[in-house]
Order: sequence, then structure tokens, then C-alpha cells
Amino acid sequence: MKTIIVVGNGMVGYKFCEKFVAKKDSEEYKIVVFGEEPRPAYDRVHLSEYFKNQDAKALEMAPAEWYAENNIDLIVGERVTDIHRSTKIITTAKDRELSYDYLVLATGSSAFVPPIKGVEKEGVFVYRTIEDLEGMLEYAAKIKKTKPNAKAAVLGGGLLGLEAGKAVMDMGLEPHIVEFAPKLMPRQLDSRSSQVLQLKLESIGLNIHLSKATNQILGDKAITGMEFGEDDVLDVDMLIISAGIRPRDELAKTCDLEMGVRGGIVVDNKMQTSDPNIYAIGEIALYNQMIYGLVAPGYDMAGIVVDQILGDSKSLMAEEIDMSTKLKLIGVDVASFGEPFMPASKGHSIIFENKTQHLYKRINVSLDGKKLLGGILVGDASDYSMLHQIYLNGMAIPEDPAQLILPATEGGGSFGDVMDLPDEAQICSCENVTKGQICSTIESGESKDLADVVSCTKAGTGCGGCKPMVKDLTEATLKSLGIEVKDSICEHFDLNRQDLYKIIQVKGYKTFNEVLDNHGNGGHGCELCKPVVASLMASINADTANKEYAIQDSNDRFLANIQRNGTYSVVPRVPGGEITPDKLIALGEIAKKYDLYTKVTGGVRIDLFGATLNQLPLIWKDLIDHGFESGHAYGKSLRTVKTCVGSTWCRYGMDESVSFGIELENRYRGIRAPHKIKGGVSGCIRECAEARGKDFGLIAVEGGWNLYLGGNGGATPRHAELFAEQIDNETVIKYIDRYLMLYMRTAKPLQRTAAWQERLEGGIDYLKEVIIEDKLGIAEDLENEMQTLVNKFECEWTQAINDPEMMKRFNHFVNSDEEDDNLVFVPLREQKMPEKWS
Amino acid sequence: MNIVSNKYKTVKPENVKVWFKAAPTNVFPIDGGACVKYKDLQIAVFNFTRLNTWYACQNLSPEKQEMVLSRGMIGDHKGIPMVACPLHKKTFSLENGENLNGDLEAIATYPVKIEDDFVYVGFSE
Repeated sequence: MKTIIVVGNGMVGYKFCEKFVAKKDSEEYKIVVFGEEPRPAYDRVHLSEYFKNQDAKALEMAPAEWYAENNIDLIVGERVTDIHRSTKIITTAKDRELSYDYLVLATGSSAFVPPIKGVEKEGVFVYRTIEDLEGMLEYAAKIKKTKPNAKAAVLGGGLLGLEAGKAVMDMGLEPHIVEFAPKLMPRQLDSRSSQVLQLKLESIGLNIHLSKATNQILGDKAITGMEFGEDDVLDVDMLIISAGIRPRDELAKTCDLEMGVRGGIVVDNKMQTSDPNIYAIGEIALYNQMIYGLVAPGYDMAGIVVDQILGDSKSLMAEEIDMSTKLKLIGVDVASFGEPFMPASKGHSIIFENKTQHLYKRINVSLDGKKLLGGILVGDASDYSMLHQIYLNGMAIPEDPAQLILPATEGGGSFGDVMDLPDEAQICSCENVTKGQICSTIESGESKDLADVVSCTKAGTGCGGCKPMVKDLTEATLKSLGIEVKDSICEHFDLNRQDLYKIIQVKGYKTFNEVLDNHGNGGHGCELCKPVVASLMASINADTANKEYAIQDSNDRFLANIQRNGTYSVVPRVPGGEITPDKLIALGEIAKKYDLYTKVTGGVRIDLFGATLNQLPLIWKDLIDHGFESGHAYGKSLRTVKTCVGSTWCRYGMDESVSFGIELENRYRGIRAPHKIKGGVSGCIRECAEARGKDFGLIAVEGGWNLYLGGNGGATPRHAELFAEQIDNETVIKYIDRYLMLYMRTAKPLQRTAAWQERLEGGIDYLKEVIIEDKLGIAEDLENEMQTLVNKFECEWTQAINDPEMMKRFNHFVNSDEEDDNLVFVPLREQKMPEKWS
Repeated sequence: MNIVSNKYKTVKPENVKVWFKAAPTNVFPIDGGACVKYKDLQIAVFNFTRLNTWYACQNLSPEKQEMVLSRGMIGDHKGIPMVACPLHKKTFSLENGENLNGDLEAIATYPVKIEDDFVYVGFSE
């Protein structure tokens, strides 16, 4: 058995292992991997996601067990220090010695720290590893304690620097980008696109400083500022250096491998170094006198070495390496492909620029106008996949190439259908998957849907940039085979939510079993279809969640929000956020009585946490006695209508936002919808109620209300769109009635209004035609249906505690009055919280 | 809290030594479950009315060690009767406890019998 030692367990080092063990001859080799970092390889491309949840496991390329299962010895936290080529032995920092038959160097790169005076000060970081990020988070938390509006700068306005800028924003610090060049992303963008990007980034709060050379870092022990010139100083409390990378090639020096003048280990097209038993891949490999800092070429290199070691000598690295990339930087699409900057002697450029919308598109075409040579997209890269494919495959382009990038006009051409691509077109460049491979896995019957395609071909599992294209291709292929692409709700129904809505409405079904037996596929339902049917019957019949509680979703079943340890939180309704002192005191008394953790929610009401199942009815009895009712915080239904204080008190107020907010909240309370619904009413254009971040939002203006629809916060924040201007209270209610009812009839399960509206053909204009102009003639029906629901409203907690039969479910045990003995609470800032999950 | 999971071991019908009389059948919802206390164990018991079958398993979710499975929705995945954990919708076979949508360890299952409208759960000790 031969031994392969892989030095470096980054993305490319891991990919080598993955590709190697997938080969059938791999069993004759033993792989030993050394990683310097304390954990197995993780996805460095998406490093900034670590700030969202600090879940290092989620970034892992594969868990430690994967290596063991594949008979790979993974040794982390141990650096290889020397290579003895004559004896084919390596030694490590822990004085381990190991001999090899083949050595694969995948040590990657480190952050380049420019020799600026003061870089060693506290609060100066590089952006490269999870440990770097942990250090930043800790430091940011520390400085924010004494200085809530602390600032942090990123040195370097390139691709990684902007990623780091996102990290700064996520940490809640005031973000500054400092770049030496006169433009952002100087390597990828031309001046105009760079300006568009800069405008966009500034509009979302980044402070950008260009043409700045940092002379020194100021501060005694910790950083307090950066000095650029004599009177040119930027005060900052933290600095992240992202000024480029340097190959980690120090091992090559210990054994005299041939190196480049500016670093990197020289390789040929077999990825072989000057020693035929040693290969180099990824960011230390100097191929064609270039270091390739992208993951896709690194993965290709890994594949070449696998083939070479296993004896496929014809597998060689391509002469030209595609450096096209598409990224989302701080939420902004940026892409470049082929030859982004092109001299006028080689071809013509066509440029579309719209600074008001922060859009820039440039394509470079050959002098004869027949071939696409490259381009740049900023602000909207939805055309990238198609343009990239046309470029890679040398496909013919339209007579007027401008059509490729001009915004689509009505009845406009559909140039660039995925199915027009040749079979060899590469769809996923990270995993090197072609269109032909995707189509054939579907045509052979191996893959039946998108999830199958992804697991069979691995397409879309790398950077994820190709996912929309893989989806389109999968759907188009299925369609071409005559297989209907279904959006059915689960395996138990061949129907989507909208179909089921109509069926339940027309047939008047009252139970889940009636629906399942008459329209299901013969199964017994599941956690997907049960809550959907429950919600539909509620939307249609105004049923509360007390009816048939076993088909309700986790929270609806017990009319409360299940929390981390299986206890519940309780939120009574406080319409519009208006509450009397007496009620406020009552809430406090009740929270004290049951020892509940208390917090004001994002929707300006009060949440009481830590209630056991047995306590829920007791707490609600007390709340109802004090005049409260269910707040439906547990339901896919109206949550709150957030209001600012409006003209009742505010000296700027244009109208009574609180009064109207309360009226709206009381109107739509309890109504079940595909997802939760939130409203907002602001008394003037200062918008203190943040109404444009809600499903429906109102802003008082001279002469009435402006109505905004389809906004939300959450993972994909979206501003609501202006729907009607200067309308009176009555018209507002009419329009919202129609809007919500249309949404409840046609949206997919768990689809917020924002996503529904975005995917609605015709968008906001179509909605105006249906809701304002009544193009479909259904406006009256929609209003009547809504009015019926409004009239039938009943507080489901009052209903529950008045019915002994319904109360039976609020016991932890059916054969004992005891409570769950598994609960452990720990103190937290004078309150309590559940013990942490181990 | 990890120690508790060791207490739950699948009991096969042939190994039942104690049939514990848990509760009358009518306290369990149709096509739903509730929790039964036996010594220091918490057992989720499900009345799978559509299959005219009763199932029992540990109430402890192996994912996060919380006592919640009895509050989950039941149904089937590709014909296998299952319960979905109410916390993150991990699904487990009610027949052999296997995690159907992930690679969590299997949960312990217990035999159930009905006599004179009473639910009995089988234990080995």
C-alpha cells in the first residue's frame, strides 16, 4: 500500500480527499492529512456567514467522522515543518516523522500584512480563519460595551475586504473601507462599474475612503486611529487587514523546490513540482506564472492530481483558466467573466449604466460582433449564468448584442434559454458539472427532482452561484420529458395550496381526514400537509386552532410558542402597542406569579417566557380576567400592527396612527394565512413605525394615507411597494381586505406576502389592476370573505379555558399532574433562562 | 442533560416483563399523542387512529434532549408511520425509532396493547 500525505486541510486539500476516495482504485492508497488549524476543513468562501450564527459546524466541508469513514487519517492542529526529499519523509511541529510515496502540498495562503508602523497594536486583525473571526467578535463586543457607536475600518477594498466590511456591519460597528487604489475592487472592475458599486455600498451605510496610503496605526496599546497624511486621520476602534494574500510556501524552501520570484511553488500542467513525487495545488501553486485565488481552479487542480497519481497521465490542467466569478458582496451582485477590461483594438464594449438604481452592465464583443469576449455586471447579475455560458461555449449572439443586457421589455425576446446550451456547457464550475450530466441523470430516471439532481451530480454544492440555472435546467428537462413540475404540498397530495383552497371551499370539508381520503394519495398525512389543511380550513371557515388540535403545527397545538427547552412563551394582544398602566402592572404581576422571563418583542408587545404546559391555562385565566386576549404570536396569522404615536401626541403627526393601527389590528386579528402577517402605521413621513418593512404599511401624508404592500424584515428584508396614495381610512381597509384575501387564496405554504408579490406575474401593477380596478371581477367576493372572517372572530384562549374537554391537552402527563422533570433553568440578569444546549 | 438518554432502550414485544396500565384510551387525541409517566421515564404514546394502531416511544428528542416528542404531529413518510419533533421537525419511525430525515441516533420504541379501553405500555423492568 502506498501513502499519500496531504499537507493542508483547507477547501482544496479537502477536495483532493473527496475526489480521491470517490475513485475505485483508491483503496490501494493510504491518505494522511495534516491541518494546521484546530478543526477540519471549512468553507472559507462563505466565512462571513459565521457572523450570523457562529456555527462553525455549519461551515464544515465534511465532519471529522467523514475522514474516518473513508479511511483517511486526519491530523488537525499539527503543522508540517520539514520535507526530506531524499528519504521521502516529513516531520511535524510535534516531531512526528512519516514517510510518503506522494506528497500533495495544499497549504493555501495567509493574509498579507503590510509593514505599517503600529500593526501589532491591539484591535488589529486579519480576516482568514474562524479563529480570526472569533477574535474579532470578542474584541467588538468588548469595545461596544464602553463605546456603543464604535467604528471599525477594513484595510483593502478588494473582494475579501468588502466581505470583511460585511462582517463589520454584522458586528454592529460603523463600517469604513480604506483602499490604496482610486477605486474599489481594482482587479475585477473598471472605473465606471466600481463607481456604481461604491454608490450602492455608500447608500447602505459603508464609508469608503479611496486613494489612501496608511502611514501608521495610532494608539497607545490599542488602536485608536489610522494616519494617512499629516492632517489626514481616521478615528477607528478596530482594524481588519485584508490587503491581499501570500502563498504559504515556506515548506518548499526547506527542501529546495523550485519557486517563483514572488513566492508560490512552480508546477507544470500535471500540477507536479520540480520533484515528481510532490504535487502542489490551490493557492500555493504557481501555474503559468500565476497564483489562482479562486476555489474553482483549485478544485480542478485537485482533480488533476488525483488522476495523475492513479495513472491517468492524460489528465492535464487546462492552458487557460476561467477566472469568471459571481458574488454577492454585502447584498450587492458583482460578477465578471472572460475578459472584463478589453482594449478597443480587440473589440467593442456595450455598456448599460443606471446610477439611480445602482446598475452597471458591460459586455465586450469581438470586432465582427459575433462573439462575446467578456463583461462586468454590478447590481444585478441575474444574466451572469447565461452570459458566462455564451462566452464559454462561443455561442452565437444576437445581431444586436445590446439585447443581452438591456432590461427586458414587454413581449421582449427570450434569448438565452438554458435548453439552447450545448451538452458540454459547464453549469457548475466548482464541481465541474455539465448540462449533459444534469440532463442525463434526469433522463435516466435516477433523478426525479431538484434535490435528486443536486445529490447525484453535486451541482450547486460549491459556491452556489449556479443554483438558479440548475433549477431552471431541471425543470425544463422534466417538462421536456412530459413530467409535470409540481408544486404539490407533500407526498400525500398531488395538489398545491391554491388547489386545496378551492377544493375545501367548494366541497365544504370540515376535517383533515375528509380532505385526505377524498383527495390524497392514500397515505396518512405528515407534518407538512396537516398544518396546511388546518390553516386552509381556518382561512375558509374561521375555525380556531382548538378544532382538531392534533393536525395543528407545534405552536398552534398549544396556542403558545414552543421555546428551546420545550416550555412556552405567552404573548397577549396589545393592539397598536397602546396599553394602560393597569394592564401593564397586571402583566408584571402575572409574570412574577409564575416566574416568567419577560421581554419586549420586536413587535412592541410583551413576551412571557418559560411557561410549562401545565401553567398555560392558569396564566391565561389570569390574563383574560385582566381583559387580555390571545395575541396569536404562535399562529401563521396577524401578529401586530406597529404604530408610532401619531398626531394624538406628536408635534409632527399628520394623522392618528395609533387609532387607525388599533382598528386594523382588531380587524384582522386571529385570521389564519399562509404565513404570519405584520402591519405598521406611521403618522408622518419620518416613518417611526417602520411601516414599509411590513406586509401592509401606512404613512399619513397631506390628504390621506399612502398604502405600501409586500414588505418584510426577516432573512430577506424587502421594502413594501407603494400601492396607492392619499386614500382615506375606508379605502385603505377595502384595499387591505382584498389584498390579504387574494394572498390567502393563492400563496404557497409558508410564503410571506413579500415573496408572493415578488413572484406574482405582473407584480404590483397586476395587483393594482385586480384590487383597485377589479379587472377579475372578484373584488366584492374578496371583501365579503374577509368580512365573514372578521365577524366570526373569537379569542381561542377564552374558548379553550371555558371548555373542560379542550383543556385536557394542557398536561405534561396524561397519568400524572406532575410537570416535566427534565427542565433546568439558570439565572440570567435577574431573570432566568433554560440551561444551554450541550 | 445527556445522561437521560441512556435510560431509554427499545423493548421488543417478546421481552416485555411489565405491562404498565397507563391511561384510558379516550385521553389520547385521534391521530395524535400524549405523554405517559412510568417510574422516572417519559413515554410518548400515539393513537394512530387511521392505522388503528398504537405506538409508543421515548418522549425525549435525541436532537436537543428535550421532552417534546409526544407533542409532535404524526403521519407517514413513504408509508412508514412517523412522528415529527415539534422543535425542528426531525422525523422518527414509530416502528423502529429510526430518524427518517437525518442521521440522528434512533429513538427507543415500546410495545403498546389496549385492553378494556385502557392503554398498556410494555417494559422489560
